[in-house]
Amino acid sequence: MPTTASSAHVLSDVAASDSTLRRFLHGLPGVDAVGLEARAASLGTRSIKTTAKAYAIDLAISMVDLTTLEGADTPGKVRALGAKAVHPDPTDRTTPTTAAVCVYPDMVAVAKEAVAGSGVKVASVATAFPAGRAALDVKLADVREAVAAGADEIDMVIDRGAFLAGRYLKVYDEIVAVKEACGTSARLKVIFETGELSTYDNIRRASWLGMLAGADFIKTSTGKVAVNATPANTLLMLEAVRDFRAQTGVQVGVKPAGGIRTTKDAIKFLVLVNETAGADWLDNHWFRFGASSLLNDLLMQRQKLATGRYSGPDYVTVD
Amino acid sequence: MASAFEYAPAPESRSVVDIAPSYGLFIDGEFTEAADGKVFKTVSPSTEEVLSEVAQAGTEDVDRAVKAARKAFEKWSALPGAERAKYLFRIARIIQERSRELAVLETLDNGKPIKETRDADLPLVAAHFFYYAGWADKLDHAGFGANPRPLGVAGQVIPWNFPLLMLAWKIAPALATGNTVVLKPAETTPLSALFFADICRQAGLPKGVVNIVTGDGRTGAALVAHPDVNKVAFTGSTAVGKEIARTVAGTAKKLTLELGGKGANIVFDDAPLDQAVEGIVNGIFFNQGQVCCAGSRLLVQESVQDELLDALKRRLSTLRLGDPLDKNTDIGAINSAEQLARITALAERGEAEGAERWSPACELPSSGYWFAPTLFTNVTQAHTIAREEIFGPVLSVLTFRTPDEAVAKANNTQYGLSAGIWSEKGSRILAVANKLRAGVVWSNTFNKFDPTSPFGGYKESGFGREGGRHGLEAYLDV
Amino acid sequence: MSDRLSVFKTYKLYVGGKFPRSESGRVYEVTDSKDNWLANAPLSSRKDARDAVVAARKAFGGWSGATAYNRGQVLYRVAEMLEGRREQFAREVADAEGLSKSKAAAVVDATIDRWVWYAGWTDKIAQVTGGANPVAGPYFNLSSPEPTGVVAVVAPQESSFLGLVSVVAPVIATGNTAVVIASEKAPLPALSLGEVLATSDVPGGVVNVLSGRTAELAAPLAAHQDVNAIDLAGADEALAKELEIAAADNLKRVLRPQPVDYFETPGIERMTAFLETKTVWHPTGSLGAGGSSY
Repeated sequence: MPTTASSAHVLSDVAASDSTLRRFLHGLPGVDAVGLEARAASLGTRSIKTTAKAYAIDLAISMVDLTTLEGADTPGKVRALGAKAVHPDPTDRTTPTTAAVCVYPDMVAVAKEAVAGSGVKVASVATAFPAGRAALDVKLADVREAVAAGADEIDMVIDRGAFLAGRYLKVYDEIVAVKEACGTSARLKVIFETGELSTYDNIRRASWLGMLAGADFIKTSTGKVAVNATPANTLLMLEAVRDFRAQTGVQVGVKPAGGIRTTKDAIKFLVLVNETAGADWLDNHWFRFGASSLLNDLLMQRQKLATGRYSGPDYVTVD
Repeated sequence: MASAFEYAPAPESRSVVDIAPSYGLFIDGEFTEAADGKVFKTVSPSTEEVLSEVAQAGTEDVDRAVKAARKAFEKWSALPGAERAKYLFRIARIIQERSRELAVLETLDNGKPIKETRDADLPLVAAHFFYYAGWADKLDHAGFGANPRPLGVAGQVIPWNFPLLMLAWKIAPALATGNTVVLKPAETTPLSALFFADICRQAGLPKGVVNIVTGDGRTGAALVAHPDVNKVAFTGSTAVGKEIARTVAGTAKKLTLELGGKGANIVFDDAPLDQAVEGIVNGIFFNQGQVCCAGSRLLVQESVQDELLDALKRRLSTLRLGDPLDKNTDIGAINSAEQLARITALAERGEAEGAERWSPACELPSSGYWFAPTLFTNVTQAHTIAREEIFGPVLSVLTFRTPDEAVAKANNTQYGLSAGIWSEKGSRILAVANKLRAGVVWSNTFNKFDPTSPFGGYKESGFGREGGRHGLEAYLDV
Repeated sequence: MSDRLSVFKTYKLYVGGKFPRSESGRVYEVTDSKDNWLANAPLSSRKDARDAVVAARKAFGGWSGATAYNRGQVLYRVAEMLEGRREQFAREVADAEGLSKSKAAAVVDATIDRWVWYAGWTDKIAQVTGGANPVAGPYFNLSSPEPTGVVAVVAPQESSFLGLVSVVAPVIATGNTAVVIASEKAPLPALSLGEVLATSDVPGGVVNVLSGRTAELAAPLAAHQDVNAIDLAGADEALAKELEIAAADNLKRVLRPQPVDYFETPGIERMTAFLETKTVWHPTGSLGAGGSSY
């Protein structure tokens, strides 16, 4: 696996100044919205049946970042979430674990304990999630706390205000600083809040900005705004990671988050991955779903495939 | 743990369509055998399975059909437009109701993927009838003067690439304007037109208003030459179109022709590249490239050639070729052995003339007519594959340096049906669109169709427009 | 006052904005309705026809690319120039068609008015025949008429001036260029019109006027691969059929001969016959990637 060093080598001058960065980002090919959405919709018509569906459901379960990000989160809630992540379907121990649980920094320790020994990762949002409106020091303290508590992954939010004001270097520098705070133990997911960036051109620029700054994952959304992950914005980000690897040799993951609730939706996203970035990304090291209710629908569909009859919400666990 | 995401077969059910072992001609509201009893077989191009046997209409049958249409014309043309409209609305609705059945049928008879018949052909067919239905009682407002009159009996000959859609393009405006029709579907794809005959019956359409005569080129020639036909509409090859133009010379028959093309798809260095790749793929591999308006010449600005070709090749590697009834199939079968032979010969010519041939790894089924998606690079305007219409999944890639050169190359063809422009710069798109000699210019998109949008060519791609308000003119005495 | 010996005019072709004699070096006698000799007109050859097509093609880019407003100004200028030469044309028309002075004057007046009529059409025809199409999808879709290209015009045989202008003006009003075969037996008004066009800001090559044997000139034009359309107004039934067959070789747009009362106000059919419709699509999309409230 090539390291970020080669990325720095290939695109070393890009972040030399605000103007070089702007020139690079604005020099990326434009995105035609209608064409992008049409392509996403067209891939959405793929018919995934029988063995392919079984494969896709298990893969999707293994990619879930099971998430709780509520003001009302308690240790009890987080422990229950951890248990669910480790044994998504208590009646069927062949069910894969989820990729991670995703919590606020103060819940990392509880989560860590709940998933101990299972291989399930603990991800923590940070950097004044979800608004990202705090001084850099505060954001970095947020990150360090989570990392110190054992977080395997940090989901940071970018400064959308700075991005929309065209201060790309500020956003870049912040990501670099957070990446440094993550150290070698935590992988960094960079959340763009695509719904606030508004245009596809911005989403493409943000994707490259994030990757140049050292993101291990680029992630659509916080789940806290009106428009979260969509097939189109995820497709666009998959194109970005594909092109970034082609240019730098560095592979970056993608995480759509928010609004993905059904198996049908999740499979559509997996089709996007398969036919855009390719099979190398069909692995929870490189693709995640930020979701909570999605898991139970996946489980019900899994039961349906196993038994031939439709399942119901009383046959999956609610926590 | 990365592994291949193999899509399991997802075939659309064939049981939704019931194909009879044989079909007659549809004349004067009845199915009847050919006078001389001749029949021919229609096969499924993906398997070579015989689907049915249909009547081969001879001169006598064509004459009978024209007489039936003539007889029906008097009442049909005198019907208030609002009543004609309602028949067409009925037809549109029945097509929507039966669209899955018709999609499967079309896929079986034509070989194109169910994804296309289901999502493109059938919705457009219904929309076309719906659109022209609404015109039937509004012709006074169509810009052709007060009370424009129908021409009489329309003789219509359609191709095999979009059998039911081309039928809709012909029949809907003809009927809306008060004409009656005799339509000849293509020899290799007669079935959907015969199912349409049944839809006419379900709709209660008066006898003789629509007549369907199946057969080969001889049947079409007899129809076009029939002295009591007032209007000839043809979609097909430029060679046959010219022959028809000679046939109707010196008569009062009004003629519209929608013929071949060699569309240029121009990609500038400031294009939205990912969407351009999709547009290129859609432009040449939609319906296996058997599309008159296909973007069969890719003109790419030299400065982005490598990047674009890499992306294009990567994308072609994801195309799924196979069983047309499988919902995940992108590339279906070539329509006939004859067409396959033509594509094969032209592709070989491309290689012989020194162009570089490339196809993605792609296993072709052992029976049926198949051709892998193919891309030729190092093509110049002098190559046969840059000049002749291949009508198959074969893309010729040429380069240019400046917008001026792009336009010059794009226009350097006997055809003038379609063109594409890819650029994020609005003024460039408008300047180039303005200079292209083509009837349809798709900018930052390709192969889009709509009943409201006039379609037709410049130069040897034919004349007259189908679709939209413009499409009425072909069937009115104006 | 003693009789003055008049100066005869040598009638010449009008090709590419110049007034050449026929490449053949030949002429034919033009007589009035009573068979009195009027003048010798150039007997154009196939090569003259070929040269005229080259001139028309060369002029097409500039003329079709001119603004519609500009074309309107030019056509109106033709009317202005004719107005000043009413008497000359009345005399020529009277001689050519055997009309009384007053009838010939009426013909000339109607002809001048015809130029005015078409001058006003240049910047309106696109609005009448084109427009936005409400496609069912996120696309801007616009149809516009464009000139077909080089149009060969077989001018009416009987109506040597009003008929001529009635078939030429609509061809050039929309941006086509024309190669006109003048009335075989009455070519002089057409040849004189060339002199007017040359002084009316009509760019050279936009209208090219040939005189000679209609059938001999029409055949190579109908078969010419660089001619895009042909108006058969002045061809008889047999010739029209023959020309239409030849025209099929490159699928020329063909306007068949039909009975026309040239005194009537025309419709737009003579313009639309030589217009192509170009339809341009472009995606529109929404204001934001996630939709917008506007």
